Amino acid sequence: MIKFVLSRLLSAVPTLFLVSVAVFTLIRLIPGDPVALMLGDNVDPQVYAAMSHQLGLDRPIPVQFVLWLKSLLSGDLGRSITSDQEVLPLVLHRFAISAQLVLVAVTIATVFAVPLGMLAAWRQNSAFDLGVVVGGTILMSIPTFWMGLMMLLFFGLQLGWLPVLGYVSLGENFWDGAVYLLMPVATLVLHETGILVRMARASTLDVLRLDYVTHARAKGLSEGQVLRRHVARNAFGPTWTLLGLILGNLLGGVAVVETVFTIPGLGRLIVESIFGRDYPVLQGCLLFVAITYVVVNLIVDLCYPIFDPRVKSA
Amino acid sequence: MSETSELLRVDTLELGIAHLPEARIVRKASFEIQPGEFVGLVGESGSGKTMLGRSIIGLQPSAIVPRGGSITFRGKDLSAMSAKDLRHLRGAEIGMVFQEPMTSLNPSMTIGQQLEEPLQVHTKLSATERRGEILEIMERVGIPSPEDRLKDYPHEFSGGMRQRIMLASAMLLKPALLIADEPTTALDALVQREVLELMVELSRENGTALLLISHDLPMVARYCERIMVMCQGEIVEAGPAQTILACPQNAYTRKLLAAMPKRGPVRSFEGAETPIVEVRDLSVDYVSRSGLLARTSRKRALNRVSLSVRRGEVVALVGASGSGKTTLGRAIAHLIPTSEGEILFRGQPVSKRNSEWMDYRLNCQMIFQDPFSSLDPRFTIRRILSEALYHEKAQEVSVREDRIRQAILEVGLEEMHLDRLPHEMSGGQRQRVAIARSIISEPDFVIADEAVSALDVTVQAQVLELLADLQKKHGFSCLFISHDLGVVEQLADRVVVMRDGEIVEQGLRDTVFDVPKSDYTRALLSAIPTLRRTQTGVELSWRFDAPNVAEVTR
Amino acid sequence: MSIGKTNKYLGGLLVAFFLLAAFFGWVYTPFDPLAINLRAKLEAPGSGHLLGTDEYGRDVISRLLTAARTSVSISLLTVSFAVIFGTLLGSVSGYARGWVDRLVMLFTDTLLAFPSILLALALLSILGANMYGVVLALGLAYMPTVTRVVRGAVMSLREQQFIEASRLMGHPVHYTLWAHVVPNCLAPVIVIATSMFGSVLLTESALSFLGLGVPPPAPTWGNMLAGARPYMAQAPWLGIFPGLCIALTLLGINLFGDYVRDRFDPRMRGL
Repeated sequence: MIKFVLSRLLSAVPTLFLVSVAVFTLIRLIPGDPVALMLGDNVDPQVYAAMSHQLGLDRPIPVQFVLWLKSLLSGDLGRSITSDQEVLPLVLHRFAISAQLVLVAVTIATVFAVPLGMLAAWRQNSAFDLGVVVGGTILMSIPTFWMGLMMLLFFGLQLGWLPVLGYVSLGENFWDGAVYLLMPVATLVLHETGILVRMARASTLDVLRLDYVTHARAKGLSEGQVLRRHVARNAFGPTWTLLGLILGNLLGGVAVVETVFTIPGLGRLIVESIFGRDYPVLQGCLLFVAITYVVVNLIVDLCYPIFDPRVKSA
Repeated sequence: MSETSELLRVDTLELGIAHLPEARIVRKASFEIQPGEFVGLVGESGSGKTMLGRSIIGLQPSAIVPRGGSITFRGKDLSAMSAKDLRHLRGAEIGMVFQEPMTSLNPSMTIGQQLEEPLQVHTKLSATERRGEILEIMERVGIPSPEDRLKDYPHEFSGGMRQRIMLASAMLLKPALLIADEPTTALDALVQREVLELMVELSRENGTALLLISHDLPMVARYCERIMVMCQGEIVEAGPAQTILACPQNAYTRKLLAAMPKRGPVRSFEGAETPIVEVRDLSVDYVSRSGLLARTSRKRALNRVSLSVRRGEVVALVGASGSGKTTLGRAIAHLIPTSEGEILFRGQPVSKRNSEWMDYRLNCQMIFQDPFSSLDPRFTIRRILSEALYHEKAQEVSVREDRIRQAILEVGLEEMHLDRLPHEMSGGQRQRVAIARSIISEPDFVIADEAVSALDVTVQAQVLELLADLQKKHGFSCLFISHDLGVVEQLADRVVVMRDGEIVEQGLRDTVFDVPKSDYTRALLSAIPTLRRTQTGVELSWRFDAPNVAEVTR
Repeated sequence: MSIGKTNKYLGGLLVAFFLLAAFFGWVYTPFDPLAINLRAKLEAPGSGHLLGTDEYGRDVISRLLTAARTSVSISLLTVSFAVIFGTLLGSVSGYARGWVDRLVMLFTDTLLAFPSILLALALLSILGANMYGVVLALGLAYMPTVTRVVRGAVMSLREQQFIEASRLMGHPVHYTLWAHVVPNCLAPVIVIATSMFGSVLLTESALSFLGLGVPPPAPTWGNMLAGARPYMAQAPWLGIFPGLCIALTLLGINLFGDYVRDRFDPRMRGL
């Protein structure tokens, strides 16, 4: 077990290093001169040279990378060009907002989708199954930004039940915050339920075909016992892996929902930094999301033996 | 026999396919089983034997539905029984053992949990009592230090051990009937007999009746008092084992019996010229490398093996799985890299940098085990055969066509088969095509790697006969790799026995089979029954007593 | 109706409808999709304009048709890019193994460490927001998935005995690759390409919605939705129709994709 954990942890190290190389390269590939961007046009060449030197841009690229990596490891991601805020606290603050939204939504979606998908598979080809599959496909086909807009139109504008604009953090005022989160969470829940229900159904179908399910029935277990003891845990494995991918993808993809509902989350920050050519912030966001993605998938991997103990010895 | 004494009665049972009202998987099956009686159900793949067995406790796939007839167990009609009542029978009164020990245990539950389930469902025992029962049965089926293994997962056991656990879970509540569907087919030859004898012993101890479903007539006949032979959904013959062996009435039964391998004639190759292929001190290491930083690990699969094959000779390579026999075959064919030693062809060392390389490549062909994967699913048979003549481009098209036609006729197929795709043919036909492909270029040396193992009994006999005929006709040398000693006995001139990547014993076939030198060979031979005709009828016997497998394989 | 038939017919019908719309938008639109007419702004559906007009008085249905063309071409180009280069990298990497494989996988795994929409965003800031920038960014973001699938298929094919048989018959490597490996990899590639079509369309719309896709005034469903946001109260149709187009197209692709997957490769169900 310890060997399994260690080997997984170790295997993440080169990935993280490569990710930082990739981000470093990406940012340097963006057309435009960062110094000119910071200082504006028509600067004194001496000021320009001093700034270049201060940022280390006059050094060879590998040296720049090492220096950059060094400051990175000490938690220094630089300062925003547009707001002069330190990047790391800014990213963390925005991340907290997005994470709230995403975690709540994905948890609710999982709780709904997994049992639904399993029941659909158990009653394969019934009307219920057809309903779940078609419903799931429809839900996953509706883009979140449109579903959000339609909710705003219906619940906000037509019925006037929920606020259309604005955001209050849960920490400030829990109930007001919850009211603002209701529609964005519902939007994400519906979309992700569509994806998860199909996955849960497919992996349950795979498990139901296996001999050990027939063996469990041959032992005299009731259908409920067979599903709970033998099918549920084994069928959840693939869904669990998918959850890791969904969480990571939502960290970037949540930008559209945040745009619709004017939530100041990490996704908005990424988009704003691209529009504002705020490279330190963009770089910080890219790095942060990629590292989070790697870490989330690592955690998913480390928990996988719960659903399938065979991977431990593999 | 009185009407009420029987344990199970199946009466004109018909099984069909949902949505296809006309189709029948099983037709008018009728039989009964007395308490404590051992009954065998024999048939080839697709005969409907598995579905018949499973339908007794309603565990057939949902697409297969009863279309008439009845099943009564202890006088109660099972088809009229509620799902709940049926569940009370399953596991308690009727136990079941499946073919695949690898997939029939839940990988995410410990052995202890899985063995506990029947007790939880069917008894009111306390947790400690249940534990006691489980430990007792684990001890009984021969799992060493059971207390330490309760918390282990199925993947931590070998195939044979898993099948013992399956058996334990089925026998835990001492059922009145045990249905065993090919219980040892997926196991290594060495442990097959052990597991089977354990099953028979346990059933006898508990007075359990046994329905043994298998493709292997001699094996079933060895243990069962009565046998039913099934062919294409119908029970074509049923009766006492002795009678069926001695004077089978049905043509299909006779065919099954005739398909049992028999010892072939002795041929001598003494004093022949230099061997066609010779292997000297050949070793193969498997190098595994995981991840970017992980260390590489080496595992020796073949350790300094030497053997030779003379012109026209059939040398069999036998051993249990993991013995390295397939590795040796693939190394000789240059499909995998070797780490030391050399391979000589007509006395000349073979290497990829050698000028004779192409000569060897084209003269050494291989027939694989699985005819599903050895033929490209997208190629017609004609294209598959013409591909084998890739290096004979100079030939005229008509000559080529003639050779292809000749090859397909030679393996007992017809010209019309040339335009078929592999999936449009049966397993036996596909294997014939594979044979045609390997000999069309008239090689001097053919490696047959478990070439008949995937085939049904009767088809296996035909393909084996074909292979022997072709070998005699074309005179190619053959390295025949097989785990099945019965087949080897029929075909081989000389036998090489392997274990753990090394050669244990080699010699003339009759010597090795009749007076084996090593315990390991004896153990391998003890797994196959022989059929002897006596004055009173036919007698099935073992060549040797069952050995202690743990000791031999240590 | 069974799930299989729903997938095949409903999915096929929807996909065909939008392909037709894209073609239609290419040859004919009722109005000029870019023509501004401030006197006819925010007109409700019906009155002369079948689906109404937007805040500049541009005809919505003409813009939807033109956008269909843009979306379909971007998705087609992107999927072709990802499939062609992904297949190339994947098959070389899977067949060659050794250091070539390690190098390709290093590159692929690094790209896969970024969520695809984030990678597309980052690449777009390098490549610039125009149609080819979008195609290249999305293509690069989706290529690693194809590489992985093809590599997996080739590696498992390598173990197939008909590949070994081909080696035994002395065939040169290029013949084996071309005659046996590539044709047998096609099924998983077709399956992944079909489902990728949907993801690409969705991501492209999301990027446009964020203002990072094909720049206005050229219409895309995404930027039409973004433009509709301030007018949702007065002119809800501006927000309804483009979204409906995306949703129905995606539904069609997803249903049809399920059909293709069951047809070509039942083992890939649910991926």
